[in-house]
Amino acid sequence: MVAAVPSTSKKNVVVAQRKSRTGYFLLLPGMTWLAIFFAIPFVTLFMTSLQAPVPGKSGQYTPAFQLSNYPDAIIEYFPQFLRSFIYAGIATALALLIAYPLAYFIAFKAGRWRALMLVLVIAPSFASFLLRTYAWKTILADEGFITTFFNYLHLLPDDRILNTGIAVVAGLTYNFLPFMILPLYAALEKIDPRLLEASKDLYASAFATFRKVTWPLSLPGVVAGTLLTFIPATGDYINSELLGSTQDRMIGNVIQTNFIEFRDYPTASALSFALMAAILVLVFTYIRRAGTEDLL
Amino acid sequence: MRWIRRHILAVVAVLVLVYLFIPIAVVAVLSFNKPEGKYNTSWNQFSLDGWTNICGVPGVCDSFMISVRIGLISTFFATILGTMIAFALVRYRFRGRSTTNLLIFLPMTTPEVVMGASLLALFLNLRFPLGELTIMIAHIMFIISFVVVTVKARLQGMDPRLEEAARDLYAGPRAAFRYVTLPLVAPGIAGAALLGFSLSFDDFIISFFNAGTVVTFPIYIWGAAQRGIPVQVNALATLVFVVALLIVLITQFVGSRRRKALENEISQNPANIDSLLPRS
Repeated sequence: MVAAVPSTSKKNVVVAQRKSRTGYFLLLPGMTWLAIFFAIPFVTLFMTSLQAPVPGKSGQYTPAFQLSNYPDAIIEYFPQFLRSFIYAGIATALALLIAYPLAYFIAFKAGRWRALMLVLVIAPSFASFLLRTYAWKTILADEGFITTFFNYLHLLPDDRILNTGIAVVAGLTYNFLPFMILPLYAALEKIDPRLLEASKDLYASAFATFRKVTWPLSLPGVVAGTLLTFIPATGDYINSELLGSTQDRMIGNVIQTNFIEFRDYPTASALSFALMAAILVLVFTYIRRAGTEDLL
Repeated sequence: MRWIRRHILAVVAVLVLVYLFIPIAVVAVLSFNKPEGKYNTSWNQFSLDGWTNICGVPGVCDSFMISVRIGLISTFFATILGTMIAFALVRYRFRGRSTTNLLIFLPMTTPEVVMGASLLALFLNLRFPLGELTIMIAHIMFIISFVVVTVKARLQGMDPRLEEAARDLYAGPRAAFRYVTLPLVAPGIAGAALLGFSLSFDDFIISFFNAGTVVTFPIYIWGAAQRGIPVQVNALATLVFVVALLIVLITQFVGSRRRKALENEISQNPANIDSLLPRS
């Protein structure tokens, strides 16, 4: 999944907004759909997370107010919880490192290649997510070039990449990279190049210009990009399932198996709700610290 | 070496783009493979089996068609609903704007596993049977937000004077919409639909939670990953990738050329436009 390509035109003309009932009529069908199938499911998810098992009948639950489902589930699956945030955090940092030079190049240096390069950034998502992830099995294979190279340098703790946490993080980094590139580009593209020239004219080194001018001005893009990478990466279980071993499972794997295979709906719901809550807390502290509250 | 140092940024940018395409190259190359064992993960021998007999493995083409159908229907409804919301957001004043924005923003930032799980919780509690219908309901839900964002960007970038000019030339609101607004927004709507279809077609997590026994193309791949993915899947995925890329490249560059011609026309004869505007 990839967000829309940011438009390259800077024209933003304010339209006189009409006030009439037509506005509500236009909103109603779509917003009703979102309310019923996005907002209300959170209520049912919360209710399900408090259900108690029917004694003697596995897979059946009755409405209850069993708050203990939460500590039980979180304590049991704490390692997977923690691992999700660590893997997603490392993948986000790596994605930022990889995406920034490309986004910078597209915004300032690409010239007439800009539109084509933006298409190339979203193009990979036209090929199946699952197959692209599966392809990393080939690229990171034990006999493969990359694993051999790192083994030659004695950099791998287990002498392999596939079926380790490294492969999972590599997959996450790759898969969510476009989500980092596009917001970064959108922020960088808004920067007036004359500001960079002014900094240069005032004898700032290239590095000082970057640190004092470009980087601070690109912060909204950095915040948006890191969130759009970190959030889906935390919940992802495809990379961990296809590229990792059972030692590298993330919270998404646990939610999926509990919901679909074990039919332990209360535990799976409690974990989903806790995951969402943890992400919201992290996101809001992060946005506050980055000082870009107007982003939401 | 000096050339590299001077063009270091360009070199890195191209390398990152190459990196984005490496797994796709692997998928495409392996579609011409004759795998040695069950798993098509390493090169063995050239073969056209995947391409000449593309529906040869049971389930591949069936699941592919199911995904196409779900994608088309979901995109159709999500595009209509999302476009209506985008128009309301840009053109109308109404109460509850921040709630509306939040409800559109949140689905894009909620992990898929949470959306999938919460919808499944809803369907289970309602005892609603899982199947293609529940997948489509879910897809429409998460595509709407992306449509709103895409169409909204297009609407905001549009020159409102064009519509005013039409009204000044005695076009009724309906005619102005039909002959001026809609053609101008159409590329945005088409882009949104394309994005929506690609999101729906490729969605695995939310679909898997709400599919019941229905097997979409990604669900087929997920199942096949355990027992070995047939080469036909690689061939189909490569085909989809090439077709989608061509569609985007053609629409993007034909569209931009036409737009540029129009912009030149306007910039050369601005009087034609400005003289049409009311001086208020």
